[in-house]
Amino acid sequence: MDPDDVRRALVRIAHEILERNRGSNEIVVIGLQTGGVPIARQLVREVARIDGTKVPFGTIDVAFYRDDIGIRPVLPEEATEIPCDLTGKIVVLVDDVLFTGRTVRAALDALADHGRARAVQLAVMIDRGHRELPIRPDFVGKNLPTSRTEMVDVSEEGVALGDLVEA
Amino acid sequence: MPETRIESRSRLVVRGGTLVDETGERRGDVLIEGGLIAAVDASIEPERGTRVLEADGCIVSPGLIDLHAHLREPGDEAAETIETGARAAALGGYTAVVAMANTDPPVDSAAVVRDVMEIANGAVAEVAIAGAITVGRKGEQLSPLFEMAALGVRIFTDDGRGVQDSGVMRRALEYGRDLDVVLAEHCEDEKLSHFGHMHEGAWSSRLGVPAQPAVAEEAMVARDITLARATRARLHFLHLSTAGSVALVAAAKREGLLVTAEATPHHLSLTDAELAGYDPRFKMNPPLRSEADVEALRAACRAGTIDAIATDHAPHTEAAKEAPLDEAPPGVIGLETAYAVCHTAFVTESNGAGPLSYQQLLAMFSWRPARIAGLDRSSGQGGPIAAGNHANICVFDPTARWTVGETGFASRSKNSPFTGKTLTGRVRHTLFRGEAVVTDGVAQR
Amino acid sequence: MENRHLICVDDLGAEGIVELLSLTRRFAEVAQRPIPRVPALRGKTVVTVFFESSTRTRLSFETAAKRLSAETLSFSAQSSSVEKGESLRDTVETIDAMGVDAMVVRHKSAGAPRRIASWVTASVINAGDGQHEHPTQALADCFTLLEAIGDAKRLEHGDLGGLSVAFVGDIRHSRVARSTSRAFGLLGADVTLVAPSTLLPPSLEGWDVEVSHDLDAVLGRTDVVYLLRLQTERMGEGFFPSLHEYSTRFAMTRERASRLHAEAFVMHPGPMNRGVEIEAEVASAANALVTRQVRNGVAVRMAVLFALLAAPGAFDSVAALPLAQNEESAAAVSTVKRSA
Repeated sequence: MDPDDVRRALVRIAHEILERNRGSNEIVVIGLQTGGVPIARQLVREVARIDGTKVPFGTIDVAFYRDDIGIRPVLPEEATEIPCDLTGKIVVLVDDVLFTGRTVRAALDALADHGRARAVQLAVMIDRGHRELPIRPDFVGKNLPTSRTEMVDVSEEGVALGDLVEA
Repeated sequence: MPETRIESRSRLVVRGGTLVDETGERRGDVLIEGGLIAAVDASIEPERGTRVLEADGCIVSPGLIDLHAHLREPGDEAAETIETGARAAALGGYTAVVAMANTDPPVDSAAVVRDVMEIANGAVAEVAIAGAITVGRKGEQLSPLFEMAALGVRIFTDDGRGVQDSGVMRRALEYGRDLDVVLAEHCEDEKLSHFGHMHEGAWSSRLGVPAQPAVAEEAMVARDITLARATRARLHFLHLSTAGSVALVAAAKREGLLVTAEATPHHLSLTDAELAGYDPRFKMNPPLRSEADVEALRAACRAGTIDAIATDHAPHTEAAKEAPLDEAPPGVIGLETAYAVCHTAFVTESNGAGPLSYQQLLAMFSWRPARIAGLDRSSGQGGPIAAGNHANICVFDPTARWTVGETGFASRSKNSPFTGKTLTGRVRHTLFRGEAVVTDGVAQR
Repeated sequence: MENRHLICVDDLGAEGIVELLSLTRRFAEVAQRPIPRVPALRGKTVVTVFFESSTRTRLSFETAAKRLSAETLSFSAQSSSVEKGESLRDTVETIDAMGVDAMVVRHKSAGAPRRIASWVTASVINAGDGQHEHPTQALADCFTLLEAIGDAKRLEHGDLGGLSVAFVGDIRHSRVARSTSRAFGLLGADVTLVAPSTLLPPSLEGWDVEVSHDLDAVLGRTDVVYLLRLQTERMGEGFFPSLHEYSTRFAMTRERASRLHAEAFVMHPGPMNRGVEIEAEVASAANALVTRQVRNGVAVRMAVLFALLAAPGAFDSVAALPLAQNEESAAAVSTVKRSA
């Protein structure tokens, strides 16, 4: 995907979010650290452009909720900043790439500690398949079939695919 | 000392070694019979029925004498007995050991002396018994020095402690002077040491361990020298450990005072840095000191300020030594390693200072301590290897390399600070009153 | 932290301290939540093994462990357990055999946690060993001070450069003084020890510190005054003649506090002897960080437990891996980009 494709996808997703949730009263957009955060920010901007409303925005780091703690070294990178009590809200969780689904599962656990959301909807730019848990996205930028060993990179320059090279 | 002597009737030849004693160094074979040296010659052809102990490449010397060992019997037999301690001594080349008086009950009466003598009968080394200076080693009342001396006790010490009260020490020196005995002092002013668990210095400050300063030892050394001067009595300083202490003793000797001094192998080779891991294996009293102190002690040995090397062999059970540093009892074993440790330090790895000669080294291990303990006159310990003298002999292989603790210890306790270290030089045979109590590094009984 | 234990500040070095401080910030945020809990150490067991009583520190560690969803056990013993026949080694090996992941040890003997670490398979955290060290206290102190200064850059880099800190009181017998002065020094602070000679360590060789025997002389140029608790028993042991003389020379009175500059702070590891080393008013003033030191203790201990039990090897210069995709490959290095 080139940068224009990405932007178009963002606009479309913003529309879909508004459409699905009939207006934006109770929506809270939370970006997953770190890849989901810039996308979440842009989504909030798009929603404001379309609807005129400023939707609350937050970030979440799921290092403490991962299921592979103790197996691989992981440190929390960035802040978790939740703007309000999530009870009764519609949380739109945003990430750049959806892969095995484990990160999203960890995020669901983390979100639960901040209140009982009315609903959690998942928005991702790329769904690359290979799910290991029953997790499915509500809003997708593009479906991109990949092999397990490929890597997907989402950035301002667009989406690029690469091969993993052992060090 | 009146006791039953086990003397060997058999004939033995110690063949092919280099003889080193107070008279000098020479190649030679030694014929032993009936507990005495029968002949010494450049080469002796053994007759039929004569056992041969090979001493090829070895140093053959009078047996070693330890002025300072804790044999723990009576009272703490779990850590050591006279029998096991003597065996450890023999393996280390010792034919005589002065057993310290801090047993339970302490050796502060003729009755206890007799009991200990009884137990020591038949041991594979001569056990000379030291008596306590004060009753119960409490430092208050003189113990019956005369009664104990009558049984052959020649050294008196409250070791484990020093005599804190100057007045008591003065009377002890005066009273002992009449009796041709020597008082030996563990120099530690308890009001200065506060029973600290290691040397007070950079390391103790970093490790946060309550420690005892060098002055705790030096203050009592100074006091005792002053008292020795005033009373003209003989005085022996046990386990000196600081540069300040040896400087004081050197001055006292120059003045002509009747003082002698000993140092231990561990104080001659290890420093307080060993305590970095808080391992009680390196806790003893006096504690391991700084590098400067170790250097001063080594120089003092070369200069003759230190007359003798003594082990301060102090066995403790494994359980006791595994307690936290401040709870563990101080002390390390040393009979089996002393000669090898000092040989490695002063001969093999002497580095800049140049190696000591075997005669210089053995002076500190054999004839000088024998003289201090009076064992030269009473039982021929430390005497020259010459026909007619007692056959107390140590045969030492100066090239053997071995790792301490690899094959266990003969001592009942294993608390050695040298475990795992590789040393150069090992006792091969030990003859006690003509009996080969150790052959090829193995205790025979 | 390359090893599995935290016995003294030097086990961490400046880098380790900074990394733990950054983790502490994350856990401080967790503490703000309605449910201050994360599942990070679920399935792990943390035992507090205290041979010296201390309710505060023990509760702080237990709270930290519980907030990480670890199981907690508490073993409280008098040192005289040795008299009852069970040695220290037997005691800790028994606990270790129960399969615990971490032991938090407080003991009156310097070096006890170091020895324990050589006997057990669990991770050992020193919660205070005799006069030696109290590393988690030092970390809490570093965090508290950096937070109070309020400079984001300093906080991020763990930088106390240019700050002058005076430790006042019984340095000699204080494990907190040893740990915190070392930590502050590693982070770049200029440390001065203020005490009578009798209450200083016998040797300061290898310590990067200045010494003063005159508190009034240093007050004006000090940014942080760290007061140590005076144990009155020391008077009986001859370290100083009287409480009055001690207070005259070294107590943080209202008057002395007024001579500190406006941005200076006062710290104390607690518990305070109000009226002895610190006047009550000074203790409750705005620039006194004591309560914050206590509060940050939980977040700091969460960071330490997490670092030791959840992220083994995390500090070995392996950068945290981006979460989303590289889950399968820790050795991924380069990608060949193609357009999608």
